[in-house]
This record gives sequence, structure tokens and C-alpha cells, in this order.
Amino acid sequence: MSIDFGRPTTVVRSPKEGWSARIDVRTVTVCLVLVALALAIGVIALGSGDYQVPIGDVLGALFGEAPARIHMVVVEWRLPRVLLALMLGAALGMSGAIFQSLTRNPLGSPDIIGFNSGAYTGALVVILLIGGTYYEIAVGALVGGIATAAVVYLLAYKRGVQGFRLIIVGIAISAMLGSVNTWMILKAKLDDAMAAAVWGAGSLNGLGWTQVWPVVVVLAILVPLILVLGRRMQMLEMGDDAAKALGVRAEPTRLSLVVLGVALTAMVTAAAGPIGFVSLAAPQLVRRLTGSAGVTLLPSAAMGGALLMVSDWVAQRAFAPTQLPVGVVTVSIGGIYFVWLLAREARKQ
Amino acid sequence: MSVGLDKSAVDKSPADKSASDKHTEELIDESLQEKQKQPDGLVSTNSRRMAGLLVCLVVLAAVLLLSIAVGSKTIPFGTVIDALVNYDDSNDHVIIRDLRLPRTLLGLIVGMALGVAGGLIQAMTRNPLADPGILGVNAGAGFAMVVAVAVFGLTSIWSYIWFAFLGAVIATAIVYTLGSIGRGGATPIRLTLAGVAIGSVLGGISSGITLLNPTAFDQMRQWNAGSLSGRSLEIVLAVAPFILIGLFLALALARQLNAVALGDDLARSLGANITRTRILGVIAVTLLCGAATAAAGPIGFVGLMVPHVARWFVGPDQRWILPYTLVCSPILLLFSDVVGRIVLRPGELQVGIVTAFIGAPVLIMLVRRSKVSGL
Amino acid sequence: MIGEGTRNSVNETSTAAVVAERTNRLRAEDVTIGYDKRVISEHLDVEIPDGGFTVIVGPNACGKSTLLRALSRLLKPTTGKVLLDGKAITSYPAKEVARRLGLLPQTSIAPDGIKVADLVARGRYPHQKLIRQWSREDEAAVINAMEATKVTDLSARPVDELSGGQRQRVWVAMVLAQQTPLVLLDEPTTFLDIAHQIELLELCRDLNENDGHTLVAVLHDLNHACRYGTHIIAMKDGAVVAEGPPAEIITEELVQEVFGMACRIIDDPVSHTPLVIPLGRERQRNIEGAKV
Repeated sequence: MSIDFGRPTTVVRSPKEGWSARIDVRTVTVCLVLVALALAIGVIALGSGDYQVPIGDVLGALFGEAPARIHMVVVEWRLPRVLLALMLGAALGMSGAIFQSLTRNPLGSPDIIGFNSGAYTGALVVILLIGGTYYEIAVGALVGGIATAAVVYLLAYKRGVQGFRLIIVGIAISAMLGSVNTWMILKAKLDDAMAAAVWGAGSLNGLGWTQVWPVVVVLAILVPLILVLGRRMQMLEMGDDAAKALGVRAEPTRLSLVVLGVALTAMVTAAAGPIGFVSLAAPQLVRRLTGSAGVTLLPSAAMGGALLMVSDWVAQRAFAPTQLPVGVVTVSIGGIYFVWLLAREARKQ
Repeated sequence: MSVGLDKSAVDKSPADKSASDKHTEELIDESLQEKQKQPDGLVSTNSRRMAGLLVCLVVLAAVLLLSIAVGSKTIPFGTVIDALVNYDDSNDHVIIRDLRLPRTLLGLIVGMALGVAGGLIQAMTRNPLADPGILGVNAGAGFAMVVAVAVFGLTSIWSYIWFAFLGAVIATAIVYTLGSIGRGGATPIRLTLAGVAIGSVLGGISSGITLLNPTAFDQMRQWNAGSLSGRSLEIVLAVAPFILIGLFLALALARQLNAVALGDDLARSLGANITRTRILGVIAVTLLCGAATAAAGPIGFVGLMVPHVARWFVGPDQRWILPYTLVCSPILLLFSDVVGRIVLRPGELQVGIVTAFIGAPVLIMLVRRSKVSGL
Repeated sequence: MIGEGTRNSVNETSTAAVVAERTNRLRAEDVTIGYDKRVISEHLDVEIPDGGFTVIVGPNACGKSTLLRALSRLLKPTTGKVLLDGKAITSYPAKEVARRLGLLPQTSIAPDGIKVADLVARGRYPHQKLIRQWSREDEAAVINAMEATKVTDLSARPVDELSGGQRQRVWVAMVLAQQTPLVLLDEPTTFLDIAHQIELLELCRDLNENDGHTLVAVLHDLNHACRYGTHIIAMKDGAVVAEGPPAEIITEELVQEVFGMACRIIDDPVSHTPLVIPLGRERQRNIEGAKV
């Protein structure tokens, strides 16, 4: 006799039951399709630009032999950007999934703790006052973001952190920092201000291989830790009581997940500036496709990677030869996402 | 949430309407007193509330005077009075009449508009954290302004103010329409979602345009700070009618808003006409917020905080919250403006920036006092 | 001689009783429990008889749920300790506790869109590891749990589409899938209609009598408690007023003391357990008048 889970499921077990797993067919299919889609767009992006490269040559440059010039364009110039779009998008999707699961709210996002505003402030200080390089800006953003998150947490702490107090303090601090940012942009020279605003919109312009490796290392550390906590995160969605009754240590798990989620967001912000909406939209969009209960980590990452890949390609090509910051595209897509949410809400009635 | 329009609440003959409207009002009042789980506010009797209001009026008068008297150039108080009463064309008098007076008046009406719009939005969306900008007003005004600069090359506030106002109105109309499709009409969740949606799309496009067009970027970064300076009396007179209509509408809706605060089903069962209240409320918010933002740029916190604090003082009755908000919002705004004039003398700190610095710590302080957690 | 034998057997009985006391799997020793600064119960000593169906009864806010939460480790006592199998319950790893003790909380949240079978399957979490996520035992446990609560037909449906009663049965199935020797239930019958309430309580009795689970439940209905419970703990204002088998301790005086309600107690014609019949105001006056 077997259980009807309401959807096609496969069970895989090793012969002596050393390991076993229950696999949801639809979820895996959606993930594979999204990854394939993201890679396909990536290949197209590798071939397009001021210097068009036919797909055959792109694949050749990636996997086999290609003339030196094509190899340089595809692998040395464009490939890092494509890889970053995929990896940072995946990180954003996963981070969004963590926050939406923990807050049990489809609009949950790391910015309730004021992280993005603080990161922008830190970056602006470096860009406008110190005139720093990419790494200094990244450090500034990290320091600003983390310091802000810590301040918000501390101010919201009064014998424990209530969700509601955290949100209000986050809004208040974000607003204050937002004012500081507006003022700094206002007072700077026009050129500097525009450069800063480009960073503030989130951009993958000009990023190369040296920016790729730190991201790979950080993801290699964070992602396995998050996946290990994945089942516990699922249990927490049933409420603290039910989760504790099943043997999950609620507070430590939650704290770890928050730290890991913020770390993911911090990594993306440091690498490319604050990119909006991917972490908000990816988990919900992929939920709609997989029909799964609650938010899921790997599918959200797959969707995030696909979303950012597409957005970056649009940002590069839409107004060619001018390149838009990818954050502008994601924010506009974000609006359409909310319209979709609305239509869904309307249909639910 | 709401499921459908209750026709019986709508179709009534005129004679019946007045009697039943009155009855409805009584029911709403009773229900409000019985069913409100929130505390009745610090100031709990009507006479004390009236006294508080008078105190606030006095403070407002003082701040108005302060705003006329203080500025980057120190002008003796006697001269200030002189300029108002015995105007002659001296330099100081010109400053008073042509710079500070319009600025003060603008601060007064913009403050009132933002505060009351905030109170309306909070009541209509039943969300104490709602800011009047969530209906897309700021995004619409900003977007229209960016288009005006980038496409039409207009660069002064006087030239693009009407664009901004129109942009605000159209954005709000789109948000409201978007929020009303489907059964149930424009529920608070839908309005909020629609507002965020339109706000982000317009914000994204504005961002895109300004990052490609330096002139537009320059205008936008100045507009973004929210400022009362550089606006002449004509601007004040231009937006005043819209603001006054909006205020009038808002105050007239106060009682109906009390019903809406009880929840759609309960309000409907008491006979309140929710759709009409909502539409009129949105119109009021559009007029108030649109005109204020068009004239002064986006100024945050006033609309978020003042109705909040007013509710803390007088309890959840909109008939008290709105008047208090009306008087206290300009106090906050003008005071912030005065601080902005002093802090960086001889330069200035824009009022939009100052309000955040004053408002945020107060908000944090409030939320740390456990008694206020019931919003 | 008879006297000596009796004395010996009395001694043996009391020794046996003491030994039995020491081996009760779940007990609270001198616990003080409360929330924030509010103390609900002080210096409470509670023993849960092994193999029994213990029911905790009492008026609202008497501390029943608080006690249950303390017993299930959800609430940490400020003084004293809760002992599971002789050791402090806080000394076990969380998953180990979850393998011995299951809890049906008062309120749980069903994740958006989750299907019944998925939710029940989550009850197997304490028995699973990172690499052993779905063993044959897991599958069998879930199938049995769904059959016992009669939700097998619903297994492919989303939980949020079910009625209140069906949903509650699914939560019970999840706790059953956990296969713990001790099961705690916090007001399990609240959202159920009378037929489903009885069905659930019959299921509890089966678990207790046939499968040997030790059950502890907080119930509102005194008659249900009498009918199905083997051991009643009556609480008021955070203290235990009486405990013991229903037939012994449920008296008209106790009901008056604990609930402040006048009643008549008769023998339930079906189950032969105490049946509490509230008198209500008019009848009370009539009776008092008649007494005078």
C-alpha cells in the first residue's frame, strides 16, 4: 500500500536503507527547466553585444576550441558577468525564501531590518566622501548594512524581539538613513552623484573574474549550511509550538537562518549594490509553478538565478549601446510581479 | 474579507435615507464605543480633548510666528512685525513678505494636507503603518516630473508643478482601479499591493530615465529632498484650493471612517456605505497628497506619524484624530523647516530630510513603550 | 498468621506503590511556572501515571495548558524540574524528547497549500536524519496514522480546504505518526462537533488501552473527562485541588469548589462513570427552596 500525496512522487532508497529520500517530481522538473532556461539565456547573452558572436562559437569558446579573439570576448569579458548574474540571482532567491518562511509572510524581506538603506549609506560614504575602489565600496556597503541591522535589532530588543517592533524600528531607521542618502546625493557633484545612484540601483556593469571568485567562495560556505537547516525551516512554518514538539530548537534555528539570510543579501549588495525585488518575487513565483506548500530553497534559488539573468540581459540590450543598471529592470519587473499578485488575490475571492 | 456589494445598503429612497443615515450614525457611535478593544487614549473626556486641541492651536500660532521670524538672515523681531503690518520696500521686509511668508503658508497647508492624508490612509487601509505615499502619489508625481524635465525640458518648480499634480492624480486613479478589479472591491490589502506595484514600476522607470539623463537626474535629486523653499506665493495659491477641498472632504468623512475601521462586514451590517466612503476617501487623499507633493516634493513621516500620535492621545475616534492631525501636522512640518534653516546656517537642510530625523527617533521611542503597542 | 500477613502485604503494597511512583515516566517536581513576570503555578508536584489516560480539568485560566506546556518542554519552569524517564527533560537533545513525547498544541499553522499526507508525514521528523529522509518505517507510520484518524481519503487534499473537524484530525494524525509512547493533547476537541469529539476520544482510548500509549489531555468537558479518563487532575488557580480516578474524586463538592458551579452527579447509564449535570439558576433555587 502506498500514500497518495496528491502529486507524483518518487522514493529512492539505498539497498540497506542507509539513505532514503522522497522526491517530488514536479518540483525537480521545474528546477531543471529553470536552470536550463537560465543557462540558455546566459549563452545568448554571451553571444550578444557590440560584438556579435554566433551561438556555435560561444559554445566552442566555453567547451572546446575557439579563436583567441572569440575566447577573450566570451570567456574573459562576458562570462564572469553571466556567472555573477546566475549566482547572485540564486543567492537573492534563497535569501528571499528564508525571510518569507521565517516571517510567514509573502512580503517578507531582509529590508525590514533596514539592511539595504544602511548598505547604501555605507557605500555612499565611500563613493562620495572617500572616493574608493570597488572593494572599498563593497566593504563600506557591508559595514553599513550590518551595522544598521545590528542597530535595528538592538533598538527593537526589549526582553526579546517582537516582530512588530522590529518592523517599525526598521522603517524608522530606514527612513532616517534614506534622508541621509538623499542629502549626500544632493550635495555631491553631479557626476559623482550619478555614479553613486548607479551603484544604488544595483548593477553588474564592469564586473570581471576577480569579482567572481569571492562570490563562489562565500556561496560554497553559506549554501550547504542553509540547505542543512532547510527541513528545520519547514518545520518552523507550522508554528513554534508544533516545531518544538517535533524536536526542532526554534530560537537557535531561527537566529541561524536570519544570520545566513542576511549574509547572502550582504554578499549580493557588496558585489553589485542593492538589487531589488528578486528576493521578493522569486520564491512566490516558483511556488506557483511547483505548487508546493510554503517556500522552498533550491527552487527559489533556481528562479532567482533565471530572473536576474533575464533582467541583466534586458538591462544590457534594451537601450543599447547604453547599459541600464540591472536594478532598474528588476524594480520595474517587480511592479509587474505585484500586479500579478493582485490579480491572483482578486481571483481568490 | 468583503465578498460583495450589499445592494440593500445602497438602494434607498431619499426620505428613508436621512432617517436611516442618522440611525446608522448612532449605531456606529455606539458600536465604536463598545467594540473598540483599544484603550481610549490618554485624553479621555471630550472637554479635555477640546482643551488639548486649543493648546495645539496656540503652539501652531507660535510656530507660524517662529517660521516667519527665523531664517538664515537674522532679522529683529520688531522688523518682522513691521513687515506684516507696515510694509515698506526695504530689503528685510521683502525677505519677510516674499520669501518667508509664502514659505510659512506653504508649510501650513502642505503640513495639514500631508497629515490628514496620512490619517485617511491609515483609517482606510486599516494599517497603522500606512504612509500617504502608498497609493502611488509620490511615485506618480516624481515620474511625471522626470518626464517633464527629460521630455519637455522644463526645469522650474512652477513649470512642472502641474505635471506633478496630474501624475499624482493619474497614478492614484490607476492604483485604485487596479485595486478594485475582481469581486469585493478595493480592500485594504489590494489597495496596498496595487500602490506598491504602481509605485515600483514608476520608480523603476523614473530611475531608468534619470540615470540616462543628467538634467533630469539633477532636478530629481533636488525634488527628492522635499523642500518648502523657492516656492512663491503663486504656488501656494495654486495648490491651496485643492488642499482645502480635500480637507473639507476628509473631515466630512470622519464618522464613516470610524465604521470602516471596524472591518468591512461589521461596517456594512451597521449600514455604512463602504464603497462610497472609500471612493471619497481616495479622492480626498489624492487631492491632498497630490497637491502637497506637487508643490513641495515628497515629504515623509508627517503623514505616518502625526495621526499615530494623535490616536495615542485621543483614542480611535476619527472625529478627534483628524482635527488634531490637522493642527499638529503643520507644527511638525514648520518646526522641521525652521530647524533646517538654522542647523546649517547660512545653508539649509531640506525639510524632507529633517522630518525623518525628528520623526524616526520619536517613532522608535513610542514603540519601545509597551503600552503603545496596540495600534 | 493473618495479622502478620496483612501487615506484610500492606508493606509490600506501599513499597510497590513507592517503586511505581519512582518509575512514572513523566513528572513535574516542585515546579514554578508562569509567563514573563506572571506566576501561574508555584511548587507544583504532578505525576503522570504510566499507561493511563490522564485528563487535566479546571476552569479557564487555572493553569491547565500552562502545566501541559511545562510537561512538554515548551515552557521552562523557573524553579523545580520536569522529569522524563528519570532525567530532567531539558537534558535530552530536542529530537530525543520528540521521540518519546508527542504534543498536539492548541494552535498550529498549516503552511499555505500543504496537502494532508505531507503534513502527516512531517510528524516523522524526529525519526529522520539528513540522509535518511523517508524509510519504510516512516511510510508505514504515516499510513497507520491516517487510517486510525480516518483521514486516508483526504490524503491528497490541501489542508486549508478542510473543515475544522477534518483539520483537527489531520493534526492528530501527525502526532500519531510520531509514534511516541507519551502523547500530550492540549484541548484537542475544541473545534469538533459532538460526533467527532467522541470519535477522537474513542481513538485516544484505543491508543491507551490497545496500544499502550500514555496519554495526557486537557479537556473542557468534564463528562468527557470522566468517561474516558483513567486519572483526573483537577486544577484551580494554578494548584492541583484533587487527583485520582474519576469515580473517586469527581463529587458535587469538588465541582462546586473548582468550577463554582452547583450540580447533581449521577451514574452515566452507558459508561458507568460519573455524569455531571449542572443545575442552572432556577433549578438551584428550587432545590435550595426545597431543602429549606
